[in-house]
Amino acid sequence: MRRTDPSALLALAALSAVVLVCSTPLLWMAVASFRPQNFGGLDMAALWPDFMPTLANFAEALDSANFPLLYLNTVIVCAGTLGVQLVTVTLAGYAFARLRFPGKELVFYAFLLQLMLVPPILIVPNLVTISRLGLYDNLIGVMAPYFASAFGVFLMRQTFRTIPKDFEEAAIVDGANWWQLVWRVLIPLARPGMIAFGIVSVVSHWNEFLWPLMVISSPDNQTLTIGLASFTRGAESASQWGVIAAGTFLVAAPLLLAFALFQRQFVNSFLFSGVK
Amino acid sequence: MVAEAEGHAVATDTRRSVRAVSARGRAEALRAAMLLVPSLVFLAAFTYWPIGQVLVQSFTIETFGSKDVTFGSGNFERLLADASFARALVNNIVYALGTIVPSVVIALALAVGLQDATRFNAALRTVVFFPVLLPLVAAAALFMFVFLPGIGLLDYYLGKLGADNTNWLGDPDLALWSLIAITVWKNAGYYMLFFLAGLQSIPLDLYEAARIEGAGPWVRFRRITLPLLGPTTAFVLVIALVNVITQVDHVVVLTEGGPSDATNLLLFYIYQQAHENYDYGKAAAATVLSVAGLLALSFLSLRTLERGIHYEA
Repeated sequence: MRRTDPSALLALAALSAVVLVCSTPLLWMAVASFRPQNFGGLDMAALWPDFMPTLANFAEALDSANFPLLYLNTVIVCAGTLGVQLVTVTLAGYAFARLRFPGKELVFYAFLLQLMLVPPILIVPNLVTISRLGLYDNLIGVMAPYFASAFGVFLMRQTFRTIPKDFEEAAIVDGANWWQLVWRVLIPLARPGMIAFGIVSVVSHWNEFLWPLMVISSPDNQTLTIGLASFTRGAESASQWGVIAAGTFLVAAPLLLAFALFQRQFVNSFLFSGVK
Repeated sequence: MVAEAEGHAVATDTRRSVRAVSARGRAEALRAAMLLVPSLVFLAAFTYWPIGQVLVQSFTIETFGSKDVTFGSGNFERLLADASFARALVNNIVYALGTIVPSVVIALALAVGLQDATRFNAALRTVVFFPVLLPLVAAAALFMFVFLPGIGLLDYYLGKLGADNTNWLGDPDLALWSLIAITVWKNAGYYMLFFLAGLQSIPLDLYEAARIEGAGPWVRFRRITLPLLGPTTAFVLVIALVNVITQVDHVVVLTEGGPSDATNLLLFYIYQQAHENYDYGKAAAATVLSVAGLLALSFLSLRTLERGIHYEA
């Protein structure tokens, strides 16, 4: 019906062009990372894979940075942050959704303040705090400012609001005690919200750079993004663009792969924070 | 729970019931406090306390080689006299307008164009969304090659169209716009998602009614889509605003603020003062001004957002 409309076709063509241009950097990453190292030269930018793919770039990237350690540290940061966050945001989200108490609105706004005053803008005073707590050059220092999350509390409040109170009341009538109520009723029902928050949290901490760069000083505690930045600097001065592409691929691959596998879940969780 | 049952049982006796209700209220408030404390501890340590701490530090003047400190507006005076700070502030305003306007417009266009759930549209949406998942550092690493003069992706294909080589990151007039391009590329897909969600909440019969009355696609977009996406747009603007102030990873990796401060942004300036020059007083003063600006702008956008929600309801 709308397909026959010439202006709609034109719009679709324009959008496809935008999408095509958008995709070239990642397309280049995929092509260049498999390109033989002595191949290309001036045609390094070519997007058409006219060569026998090789893993030489990946081998060199894996050689020039300690990727297993970087992955491990990043996984520790993501898992540790999320683990604490899930406790704090679920508890607070439940309080805001279900309980009545004086000053509730004011406290809620005090929480929301963190949506704007995100930890990156407070790096200077937070670094002082982290050092005083003895957490400098420690992965816990990287995680700590994120243990409370206004975004997560907001999300869990919305989640608990959509769960009818009847479920809880029925469980109480059936004689469930509080921990049965939490484990058997509330957490299973709140799981979609928790998964959504988990995905957003992991993506943002997997990708974070400036704060870990300030907190971490020894190579043993570096995360992927810091490793990639220093590795890129080295490979750039040697003009090893294929190696840079491979390194970038290695850093981004886990999230891109997860996205490809769980696309619907991913998109929904990014939308969850929407205006609804 | 016990207090609740009690409240029902004594409902006939008004005085006792009032007392029971207030006891129940107190128990509930106590329970709420216990649930909120874990979050509040961390908010206090890493959001509220740092604000106070940075305020104090911004007015604290340390003398080199001595333990004495005095208080005054010296840090702010030095900050405002620093040409680099003025440059970072102006850059950040240009950077904000230059990224937010195009990325929101592109996101909206993509969302409207790709909203029908066809396989083709889903594929295009995936492609646009991929950059969102990429760390900004990784995006910077890729764009290091994209912007490489001569053999880089951009010059290679522009060269085929007959254009000359350009030093995208080395030319002070172009460098900031090159960083703007990276940010638009990375964020447009993210904002598109919010617009897609907003579009789904617009009732289809509004469009049907407009079509029956003979409204063309442009009129339908301007009179129905745009106004009803108001709250979504305000929300996206707040996120975009927070992003342009808090994301400077590509500056660190690609330009370190150069050439000659052409790409210095506020947070990078703060980072530089604290981490490279160890001038914590100046860094604190710059943080205070940035936080104040961010709060003021967010407050304005949020008020628009709230008005939008009332309008929707």
